Amino acid sequence: MSNMVELPIAKAITAGLREAMRKDDKVLMFGEDVAQLGGVFRVTEGLLDEFGKNRIFDSPIAESGIIGTAIGLAMRGYRPVAEIQFDGFIFPAFDQITSQLARLQNRSEGFTKMPVVIRVPYGGGIGAVEHHSESPEAYFAHTPGLRVISPSTPNDAYWMIQQAIESTDPVLFFEPKRRYWQKGMVNLDEAPGGMHQARVVVPGNDVTLVAYGPMMNVALEAAALGAEEGKSIEVIDIRSMSPIDFATIVDSVKKTGRLVVAHEASTFVSISSEIAARVAELAFYHLEAPPIRVGGFDVPYPAAKLEEKFLPDADRILDAIDRVLAF
Amino acid sequence: MSQDPTDLPMVQFLSMEGEVRVPAQWAEYGEYLKNLTEADYLKFYRDMARIRRFDNEATALQRQGQLGLWVPAIGQEGAQIGSGYGVGPNDHIFPSYREHGVALTHGIDLMSILKMLRGVNHGGWNPDETRFHLYAIVLGTQVLHATGYAMGVKFDGKVGTGNKDEDLAVISYMGDGATAEGDVSEAFLFAAVNESPIVFFVQNNQWAISSRSSAQTKVPLYQRGDGFGVPGVRIDGNDVLASYAVTAKHMDDARAGKGPSLIEALTYRIGAHTTSDDPTRYREDEEVEYWKARDPITRFEKFLRRNGVAQDFFDEVEHAGELLSAEIREATFALKNPPIENMFKHVYSEQHPVIDEQLAWLEGYEASFGGEQQ
Repeated sequence: MSNMVELPIAKAITAGLREAMRKDDKVLMFGEDVAQLGGVFRVTEGLLDEFGKNRIFDSPIAESGIIGTAIGLAMRGYRPVAEIQFDGFIFPAFDQITSQLARLQNRSEGFTKMPVVIRVPYGGGIGAVEHHSESPEAYFAHTPGLRVISPSTPNDAYWMIQQAIESTDPVLFFEPKRRYWQKGMVNLDEAPGGMHQARVVVPGNDVTLVAYGPMMNVALEAAALGAEEGKSIEVIDIRSMSPIDFATIVDSVKKTGRLVVAHEASTFVSISSEIAARVAELAFYHLEAPPIRVGGFDVPYPAAKLEEKFLPDADRILDAIDRVLAF
Repeated sequence: MSQDPTDLPMVQFLSMEGEVRVPAQWAEYGEYLKNLTEADYLKFYRDMARIRRFDNEATALQRQGQLGLWVPAIGQEGAQIGSGYGVGPNDHIFPSYREHGVALTHGIDLMSILKMLRGVNHGGWNPDETRFHLYAIVLGTQVLHATGYAMGVKFDGKVGTGNKDEDLAVISYMGDGATAEGDVSEAFLFAAVNESPIVFFVQNNQWAISSRSSAQTKVPLYQRGDGFGVPGVRIDGNDVLASYAVTAKHMDDARAGKGPSLIEALTYRIGAHTTSDDPTRYREDEEVEYWKARDPITRFEKFLRRNGVAQDFFDEVEHAGELLSAEIREATFALKNPPIENMFKHVYSEQHPVIDEQLAWLEGYEASFGGEQQ
């Protein structure tokens, strides 16, 4: 019998971070308000007491500095885990992430390793002020040299953060902040596969519905509602936006012939664009209908009272499913 | 010229005539001159002359189409060779992209620099082994890396132990233009609040491509760190002895746990920003001539001759320069283009499906031409 505990996603990440820090004393944690306060979402709560200020410390409010010094610490042999407090605050660090962190292993011909993890609470749905609800994952998925993942369950959160820290490559770890307090069982003994493996969460035959991160709840709700109407929807959590496990998606589409991809991020040049294009390349003769993308609109993330209309909900996903089924 | 930037106080030991004087206010730095033997003096001269020769040859190679670009450092040899030898045997160096002289003091194969500017690779030396990290092209980015590295040195407990074999510090080079980058201000801040063992070495060569330093700063650059808690000093960057002594002392202080500091080396970019630049469009010949008269190599030659170094030595250096030129010309002509798989290497340290797939595709595509195309 496995060792199971019930945890919300936020605390599952905390437990995973603690485990990683216990296993390897080169793992360092820093960012804005992460030490004394335990982070604005309390994800790093308790780590200062256990590991002390040489392992977890507060950084100045300077995101480029946070990532730039993380790179230097990695050069010195550390495994830095940097927190960017909110999705919308990552952009001052964009150059250090995309021009430096992502390229240093390649530029140095492998002499320099970059085992850096950047934790980013992301996505909307919490009624926040501007710049606190962004989904910037596509910028980083587009950049060679980075790995980009996002858990949607406490069990994944616990294991994927540890896998990210163990990876020798830089990893952007996007945390679905509106799901932080959603509880679930965590198996402390056995990892649910590698961090880049997609998972078929609900099997089905009529249409393949792909999502990740905070959109997984919505996708599952849509699948349940569809099932009531007699639609058999296969739901896949890709878990990783770079690289993407296309084999799992293509296998599913070969069975269903139809594809809908959903996420919160704006749709133009997005993760769903890449999935739709690749499925068209790899499974063209199996498709019964054009793939449909269901994402945020191509507008700046709106003021909070409009976000419900910006974010895809189960009805918008079901509308897309109806369209691929009716084609 | 509207102003002579040398009017400000700065550490200078070597007069224009090659005499050594240690003013009382710089006596602490002057102590470090006592470390130097005649062999060190000859080494300083040899390296300055060697890197000048290398620089001129590289410019010629670029003009002949052998290099994509060249970034001359002519005029900055005093700042670079002096500070390079002021760095200790465990210390780490984070250069910008014009630090050919510093590279020479740390055993970097000069061909590595030419390979990079030819476009064969991005440097290729081992930063851990040489303790000389890769050139950084995006201004100021390396200053944060250096600061993070220094933070790590402190976490390792390698600062202020008093054990010379263990303690180390970091030096980060940058130019006057780079100080305007936000990353540099953030680096000053992170270094100050963490009391990191780092020296920020600013070569103020007075021109950021076509902009004077006055476009980059309102206060003298050696004061730029003050508000962050990073004290600074200005040196005559064309005085190899001042550059050596001040760097050596600041590195000692950093290693001893006295926190970060800044050195502004006032020098002059005699050449163009790069071989793509035409400085006649923005500065007067008269100004260049003024600084040529303050050349760090001829000044140090006067010092050596005053101290009885014979003509034989200078002849020997000249001959070594001729050999170097011939060697690098031959080696550059012999450089082969890298194999195509190199661009896929080390993008990730661990297996990655996109890389595997694209490399396999490209190899198949290339093979489909039956070796007729490259």
